[in-house]
Amino acid sequence: MGERSVVERITDFQEVPLGYTLEEAISEAKRCIQCKNPQCVKGCPVEIDIPGFLKYLALGNFESAIKKIKETNSLPAVCGRVCPQEEQCELKCVLGVKGEPVGIGNLERFLADWERAENRKQKAESGEKKKDKIAVVGSGPAGLTCAGDLARLGYQITVFESLHVTGGVLTYGIPEFRLPKKIVEMEIDYIKSLGVEIKTDMLIGNVYTIEELLKEYKAVFIGSGAGLPKFMDIPGENFDGVYSANEYLFRVNMMKAWKFPEYLTPIKIGKKVAVVGGGNVAMDAARVSLRLGAEEVCIIYRRTKNEMPARKEEVHRAEEEGIIFKNLTLPIAYHADEKGWVKDAKCIQMELGEPDSSGRRRPVPIEGSNFKIPVETVIVAIGNSPNPLIPHRTPNLKTERWGGVIITNEGATSISGVFAGGDIVRGAATVISAMGDGKRAAKAIHKMLSA
Amino acid sequence: MPKILSKEKLSENISKIVVEAPHVAKATKPGQFIVVVPTENAERIPLTIADFDKKQGTITIIFQIVGATTRILNSLKEGDNIAHILGPLGVPSHMEKFGTVVVIGGGVGIAEIYPVVKSLKETGNEVITIIGARCKELLIYESELRTQSAELKTTTDDGSSGRKGFVSDELKDIINSGKKIDRVIVVGPVPMMRVCCDVTKPLAIKTMVSLNTLMLDATGMCGICRVTVGGETKFACVEGPEFDGHQVDFGELASRLSAYKNKEKEADNHVCRLLKNG
Ligand SMILES: Cc1cc2nc3c(=O)[nH]c(=O)nc-3n(C[C@H](O)[C@H](O)[C@H](O)COP(=O)(O)OP(=O)(O)OC[C@H]3O[C@@H](n4cnc5c(N)ncnc54)[C@H](O)[C@@H]3O)c2cc1C
Ligand code: SF4
Ligand code: FES
Repeated sequence: MGERSVVERITDFQEVPLGYTLEEAISEAKRCIQCKNPQCVKGCPVEIDIPGFLKYLALGNFESAIKKIKETNSLPAVCGRVCPQEEQCELKCVLGVKGEPVGIGNLERFLADWERAENRKQKAESGEKKKDKIAVVGSGPAGLTCAGDLARLGYQITVFESLHVTGGVLTYGIPEFRLPKKIVEMEIDYIKSLGVEIKTDMLIGNVYTIEELLKEYKAVFIGSGAGLPKFMDIPGENFDGVYSANEYLFRVNMMKAWKFPEYLTPIKIGKKVAVVGGGNVAMDAARVSLRLGAEEVCIIYRRTKNEMPARKEEVHRAEEEGIIFKNLTLPIAYHADEKGWVKDAKCIQMELGEPDSSGRRRPVPIEGSNFKIPVETVIVAIGNSPNPLIPHRTPNLKTERWGGVIITNEGATSISGVFAGGDIVRGAATVISAMGDGKRAAKAIHKMLSA
Repeated sequence: MPKILSKEKLSENISKIVVEAPHVAKATKPGQFIVVVPTENAERIPLTIADFDKKQGTITIIFQIVGATTRILNSLKEGDNIAHILGPLGVPSHMEKFGTVVVIGGGVGIAEIYPVVKSLKETGNEVITIIGARCKELLIYESELRTQSAELKTTTDDGSSGRKGFVSDELKDIINSGKKIDRVIVVGPVPMMRVCCDVTKPLAIKTMVSLNTLMLDATGMCGICRVTVGGETKFACVEGPEFDGHQVDFGELASRLSAYKNKEKEADNHVCRLLKNG
């Protein structure tokens, strides 16, 4: 599959991979040997019938192929782009044992893009209309999936979203060049075409409490995500020029600060940008900075590249684009100029010690190794916690100590009729696991209301 | 979309609008605010709910034209729709029978104290209100506040109305008169809140300030609104906007407020040009 050249792509916000051509897609799909007991499906959190769609695709029957995917996945254009297939379906694919696994993710993307280009969207089919009304909180992948599945079963769904635009992280977090917003909008339009009503500017907990929703709706699904940015609590972290990754990406993606002043929300970056963290969010923030015109962008990470939680593909692209990796490095304080704007990051060198509870070797500071990195912008991308607002306003909703909402195997919370899933339960996880949770809760809600 | 039911010019650059937003009005308590996005390309800006009517389903906001987005908001007319309104946001002002409460408003902060003064009075407090502005024209809401307060004092920088001086001078006078004050609430520009806190701190009079930090989502997701209170970082949008003024790091607050000064100017010039060209 082709990619845009580095020189070209770092000057704009357009997508990097070009996608398969028709011929490439068919020949890639033909590589699938149609296993009797397909391992790939076991690796897929929503159990797409992978050999099933690949069979149609290999025959050139794109319409049936995409239909097959959509039986279980209502956001294929998104998943084809951002799922970590290398840890899921493609990891399990038997062809991967000796050679390259089938490019399942890219094929999924191909089909979704084909459908869009052909404008062949099938009219969404929904089941027999039911009277029961269900409320979904949050319009990220968890909420949208739950809403879509329940609408297909005929329920009347209202999604409440606190922001002024729908999509959750798909809209405010993941940048345009990795997930074009046009595509997110089209996927959401598809969900709406199933009869789902989406109300934006509705902060649940403040506008209506969960208890109030339960009076009007038969069930409530909470998919409010992991929107609380973590900081390191080190000196100088509140200086101007130190952003949370959420703020930075929100300004750029949601508020379109890259089109300032046509869009009025500003963003200020200097020549030298440092991003702290080693996950997808850090890679995204770093690559956004390049595209906004930063001259030097570095990633400060306390372990080594091997331990980075970001997708390999994204680390690779970041490297290609000239992002500097300062590994085994930990910021311990920031200093500012006389105006309060950050001017350098005081760091300490680390080395890897014994493995910790995550199985990764624990980074330990090397005494006396302090040094300074000059910066004009710092982006803290060390993770997000479950959004605490709804738990705070809902006394009976049980949570883990770290903030995750506690659920049963079926997705039910401690309050009868209230379900939850996605990052609000798992902490920052993945799009597809959020979707899987949304599906599971939809099933459980249907079961509850059919009893 | 929320519709503007009425609009009134309170002074040269301060406007008042009443907006139809029943779900917001229904849930609002004094001290809370909303986020307004007047048009799709504008910023998300926080504005205090200056009044609300649960029966009519309306809220009132009063704003000063200070930049691009407030300029756009001010260009909307009666009958126009506002693209987005989100609220109520933040923790409501804590209400109980404190005794004697001095409530101080400066600039547009004058309008913001109105629901708090009203509610304090209803809760059985004796409310002494002090309002201050640069000049007479900017002293808004005087008659409304007078009806809700046991006493109303006004100050202007140029002496065009009330006392020539600052709200903190009036505060000092009340304290010096020997009157027992149980609580002070201050809403206004950072220097004003800081000076008032300097007056009350040595006397250990509990003083609450309502912070107007920069905000973006205003739901606790970005952290632009962080302030240091008692050595700890707080998100003003969800943990505030009211904090114990004696614990607030005002220096940091002032610096964080000015982070985008140049960019804001640029955006405002852009909008001025657009509005001029129709
Ligand atoms: C920059 C970035 C890059 C990422 N890259 C990848 C990737 O490549 N691959 C991958 O699989 N995952 C990635 N992730 C993670 C993935 O996006 C999330 O795991 C996923 O979006 C979680 O879905 P969700 O529906 O649980 O929550 P979210 O997408 O967070 O959606 C929650 C929604 O609920 C709304 N909400 C919150 N509180 C309330 C309330 N009280 N009332 C109403 N609405 C509310 C929020 O505004 C939000 O819209 C990335 C995350 C980020 C931040
Ligand atoms: S495991 Fe690989 S080869 Fe087997 S069905 Fe799945 S994609 Fe095809
Ligand atoms: S404004 Fe974003 S967290 Fe407060």
